[in-house]
Amino acid sequence: MEIEILLRWIHFLSGITWIGLLYYFNFVQVPGMAAATADAGGPGPSAIGKYIAPRALWWFRWGAVVTWLSGAALLAHLPYFAGPETNGFVNVMTLGYLSGMHTTQIVAFGIGAWLATIMLINVWGPIWQNQKKILGLKPATPEEITRAKRVAFLASRSNVVMSIAMLLFMGAMHGLLF
Amino acid sequence: MKNANPLDTVHGTIIAGLVLAVVLTYVVKLLAGA
Repeated sequence: MEIEILLRWIHFLSGITWIGLLYYFNFVQVPGMAAATADAGGPGPSAIGKYIAPRALWWFRWGAVVTWLSGAALLAHLPYFAGPETNGFVNVMTLGYLSGMHTTQIVAFGIGAWLATIMLINVWGPIWQNQKKILGLKPATPEEITRAKRVAFLASRSNVVMSIAMLLFMGAMHGLLF
Repeated sequence: MKNANPLDTVHGTIIAGLVLAVVLTYVVKLLAGA
């Protein structure tokens, strides 16, 4: 099998896992947790936090890593992204300014790749580091947990905003945008 | 009091994403000189 086909396939599978869980957290789990907390006679949100959230977060953060790595490897392999002396990954991440190839496609893809990179940093930084405190995997005071919830929520919401633009730019190479 | 941050609502999040996409499209055109 062509390595590019394999890398693109892995990239799509892991990307769907990552972004699908991102939308699950933002559009399902967060409102669901709030509704469960507000429901005085109901079963409460603790089972979601104990059994669902840790598993969803595992697939979410490792999905992000595999997506980024397979995407970077794919960029490095694709001949049409490569410059005379730079590989496709370097060429795209520098928006073509090292090779002088700042074509619309390379700049657009570079913007998409940088959005995805910022999202990956958000996943392992603000989101995961704060989720560890929220889920009790790391000791924290009640004040620290309140702040951790807000920071993790805003980082996660920012990732939804960036994912909408990121997918447009990732699709740009295939005629979606330009 | 309700927080005014648009990211607190699903609609605000989606509108912010679409606005970001439009803004970045113009940035790309500017940088690429297209």
